[in-house]
Amino acid sequence: MDMLFPQIVAGLSNGSILLLAALGLSLTFGQMGVINNAHGEFMMAGAYTAYVMSTLIGNKTVALIVALVVGFAVSGLLGLLLDVALLERMRMRPLDTLLVTFGVSLVLQQLARDIFGATPVYASAPEALTNPVTVFGYSFSAGRLFIFILSIVCVAALYAVLKLTPLGRQIRATSENRDLAEVSGISTRTVDHVTFFLGSGIAGIAGVALSLLNSISFNFGTTFIVQAFLVVVAGGVGQLKGAVIASFVLGLCQSAIELPTSASIGQVAVFLIVVVFLQFRPQGLVSIRSRNLA
Amino acid sequence: MASKKTVSGGASASAAGEFYAKYKPWIGTAIAVVLILLAPSVMSVYNLGLLSKYLCYAMVAVGIGLAWGQGGMLTLGQGLFFGLGAYVMAIHMKLSDIGPGQVPDFMAQYGITEVPGFWELFRNPVIAVIGVAAVPGAIAALLGLAVFGRGVRGAYFAILSQALVAAFSVLLIGQSKTTGGTNGLNDFKGFFGYDLTDDANKQMIFYICAFLTLAMVLVVWWIRRSFMGDLIIGVRDQENRMKFLGYNPASIKVFAFSLAAMFAGIGGAMFVPVVGIISPSDIGVTPSILMLAGVVIGGRTTLLGPVVGTLLVRFAETQLSEAYPSAWTYIEGLIFILVIAFVPMGLGQFKGLWPWIKDRLGIGSAGSVAAAAASASVASAGDGGGDVKAAASASAAVTA
Amino acid sequence: MATLSKARVIALLCAAAAVLSTSGCGWGRTVAEKDALDANSTTATSAKSSCVDTSGDTIKIGFVNSLSGTMAISEQTVSDSLHMAVDEINANGGVLGKQLKVVQQDGKSEPAVFAEKAKTLIEKECVAAVFGGWTSSSRKAMLPVFEADNALLFYPLQYEGMESSPNIFYSGAAPNQQIVPALDYLKEKGYKKLFLVGSDYVFPQTANRVVKAYAAGNGMEVVGEEYTPMGSTDFTTIVNKLKFSGADAVVNTLNGDSNVAFFKEYKASGLKADTVPVISMSIAEEEVSAIGVDNVKGQLTAWNYYQTLDSAENKKFVKDFKAKYGENRPTSDPMESAYTSVYLWKGMVEKAKSFDVDKVKAAADGVTFDAPEGKVTVDGENHHIYKTSYIGEIGDDKLIHTVWQSDGPIKPDPYLKTYDWAKSLSASSESNE
Repeated sequence: MDMLFPQIVAGLSNGSILLLAALGLSLTFGQMGVINNAHGEFMMAGAYTAYVMSTLIGNKTVALIVALVVGFAVSGLLGLLLDVALLERMRMRPLDTLLVTFGVSLVLQQLARDIFGATPVYASAPEALTNPVTVFGYSFSAGRLFIFILSIVCVAALYAVLKLTPLGRQIRATSENRDLAEVSGISTRTVDHVTFFLGSGIAGIAGVALSLLNSISFNFGTTFIVQAFLVVVAGGVGQLKGAVIASFVLGLCQSAIELPTSASIGQVAVFLIVVVFLQFRPQGLVSIRSRNLA
Repeated sequence: MASKKTVSGGASASAAGEFYAKYKPWIGTAIAVVLILLAPSVMSVYNLGLLSKYLCYAMVAVGIGLAWGQGGMLTLGQGLFFGLGAYVMAIHMKLSDIGPGQVPDFMAQYGITEVPGFWELFRNPVIAVIGVAAVPGAIAALLGLAVFGRGVRGAYFAILSQALVAAFSVLLIGQSKTTGGTNGLNDFKGFFGYDLTDDANKQMIFYICAFLTLAMVLVVWWIRRSFMGDLIIGVRDQENRMKFLGYNPASIKVFAFSLAAMFAGIGGAMFVPVVGIISPSDIGVTPSILMLAGVVIGGRTTLLGPVVGTLLVRFAETQLSEAYPSAWTYIEGLIFILVIAFVPMGLGQFKGLWPWIKDRLGIGSAGSVAAAAASASVASAGDGGGDVKAAASASAAVTA
Repeated sequence: MATLSKARVIALLCAAAAVLSTSGCGWGRTVAEKDALDANSTTATSAKSSCVDTSGDTIKIGFVNSLSGTMAISEQTVSDSLHMAVDEINANGGVLGKQLKVVQQDGKSEPAVFAEKAKTLIEKECVAAVFGGWTSSSRKAMLPVFEADNALLFYPLQYEGMESSPNIFYSGAAPNQQIVPALDYLKEKGYKKLFLVGSDYVFPQTANRVVKAYAAGNGMEVVGEEYTPMGSTDFTTIVNKLKFSGADAVVNTLNGDSNVAFFKEYKASGLKADTVPVISMSIAEEEVSAIGVDNVKGQLTAWNYYQTLDSAENKKFVKDFKAKYGENRPTSDPMESAYTSVYLWKGMVEKAKSFDVDKVKAAADGVTFDAPEGKVTVDGENHHIYKTSYIGEIGDDKLIHTVWQSDGPIKPDPYLKTYDWAKSLSASSESNE
């Protein structure tokens, strides 16, 4: 019983990592049906930004804050470039984008290797985030707490943008009914670009945050990408709520299963849970009601 | 290199052209057979081994062509089936090497004294040969019934297939006491009793690979001409219409997907005697997507494209990756980016060019014009998603 | 049409079969026939006559290292030090008067590619010896190639033991030169409860079997044993288990990137090197900077070489390496072992006065080299080498400092036959010999 509380915390922490990794993916998949295989490499770009900032700026706390902003911009612009240069011309065949973006991910990984070398690097974190914090007599990682809070902040910010701003209304309109949005005078082309920028930018933030826990190398993103996809699929298309619930449920499941078994069984179990779950809800946890044929 | 000949059998006179049009598949097959038989006399044993390896991947590609090009199921997880076939074969070869009552060396290292049950099953050569196709086929069918039956498709299916191959390789590594873990299974002495170090046997293994590939191409060719081929395309382009016409899209998809899985399993099974090792790193997420590279280049909807494309890509990999390891990764990435974004039908996109040239030069025949029209419709049919024209022609074929 | 075509297909295949059988193609030797032949002759039938060209004034040798893929990080350093050894040897007149010409191949971090490239080096490039490999998987994949072609591989890494191929020389530590001294050290310091954490592959699992046998025979207790998939970066659950296990020391066989996540989690959960120390088997100098020295300082490692070793040979080695590859590049055990292996091969060739594989093998026993790690000697029987063992502590300067060392070089014992507590281990792996 002693371990119950720390394990729940571990599960929530894993869930928040999944959420950060999957949030941007969920946004672009929901709106354009684009499964962005290079999402992991956008996270990698964010992580390398964190590394560069930590070498340029002496104060580690300032470096982290700057990295969050710059990482958002760098990955967002990469995403925008990808969308303008390639994905835009492929709106009619969304499935093919999966393979195009896989190619992009190969190229970005090799670029990172040529620029930063094959040796992993290490973004030194603010001292406060590497030490434990003690809650109810248990020690937890302050870095993980930070990531948890950051993921909640990101969700809240995204929610606010979608619900409260004109841009958000346009995004929602486009993702619900593209043609109707277009005839209502919304430039869906611009909205798509902006959405892609936002979604990729969030990947950059995720990369900066996760560099607190890992070393940074060219294959930084590949660790997270398959599970992030699963969150999107299990959560349902383009629904923030679905992605949030799916992330935390999967995170908790993995921690719970890993405890009596082993790490590899935990990972396999998460995959199987999603496959079985889709038996019952093939369109994911939360789906938009529509009159389209399933 | 061996079985891609039909494209080039040029005809200059119109009588010859007609003959060619009528007997094209037979001429192609005959040329392929001759080339396969001649290959060992013009290639070193070393190069023959490489070609055999490429052919193993070509077998997977033929299946992907059927499932993805024809059936619209983008499977990112063929490594799962490739691996199942390979491990069945590897288990059999390992057991026949060590003889009854013994355990493989890696198990002894873990202190295991008795061969586990799922190993013992494949000791019998007949069961092993059936198993390399039946195990992947059955798993694909089960999976297909589960996901297609519930209408999971498109990107959802692609992601699931990817997740499954990731889970499979994690599982293989996690259960290293019975699977060899990251080391995989290797160090085989014989292939059904024949010494793997003997050149004559290597040559026979090449023949098996080549003729299996040819047989798979012929099976797919036959399916494409049959009513089933129309059904598969119909389901790809207009699943709901097919449903309303009274067909069960799930079972049609399951058929194509399982067949593709069996091809991948057989390819994997031959990979083991050819390369001498199978390990999780041959079948993970990235290797599985790379199995699509040849199909992308060759043209996903064409019959021979997947084979030709795969042989080309793998050959280029051997040539280039040694000299320029970093450049090769860029090329691999650019293949996916440029071909899919700009030439989605790969080499198949240029298929219409040949009859056009022939017409211009005045050497064409009625047959070739028809062929041009046919290939043009094939090229347009593949644009994924909602190509209405292809869908209409497919469903017309169905109702006829 | 369809039925007709089937008939034609069958006819074609029959014709093909007929052509095959008449043209003399067909199955060759069976395994049984080969075994019979092998038993009757002294040299293996499978060993093809070597194509090594010894006529010119150069001789080709091959390197196979992962220059791409996940292992590139580590293996690039081995490739660098191999090249350095060759350059030194060439500058000093070569081997038997011949300059060495290196053929470098990329193993791409995949066992199957290692096997393929090894074959390329032996059969196509006709090299006299091959150096390289890192993971156990890569060595296991290459082993049959070298045995079938009767060629030579020099493998530089410490590894799990239980192996001794006539065609491989193992210049890294056998288990009794790394794992056993580490345990002796923990025992001496009074640690009783061990927690084992490793990556999910053969080295950690075999190493931990040795640890468990040792613990059982030496009054220690293993209170936890956890494996994580390679490349895994989530250690919350494992560190939770570690904290609640009551362990007083951790034996770490994690590989690569996983160490970073593990040590960050270890530190963030409040564990400390002075209360629950971690002794690592795979963290060398270059990993320390990747993990971040803040996260690992004060922790222990077990190796046979550190950059800080105080000997004339080592000072020269470190100086030359930094001059060649850059001042900020550390030197480490696998690099030193690879460097040494080239000199050992040179010694064997010069003793044999021939590049012939069988003559080199026959001359191997007793060949010595004053390596940066100290004097090493080849054991001709099991193809491993006598090495000194060092336990080190990671310092603030990102380097590892010796805190304990064995009494001189330890005789290699890959099967741990000479240890009473290891009887069960060697019995099970010998049964298959």
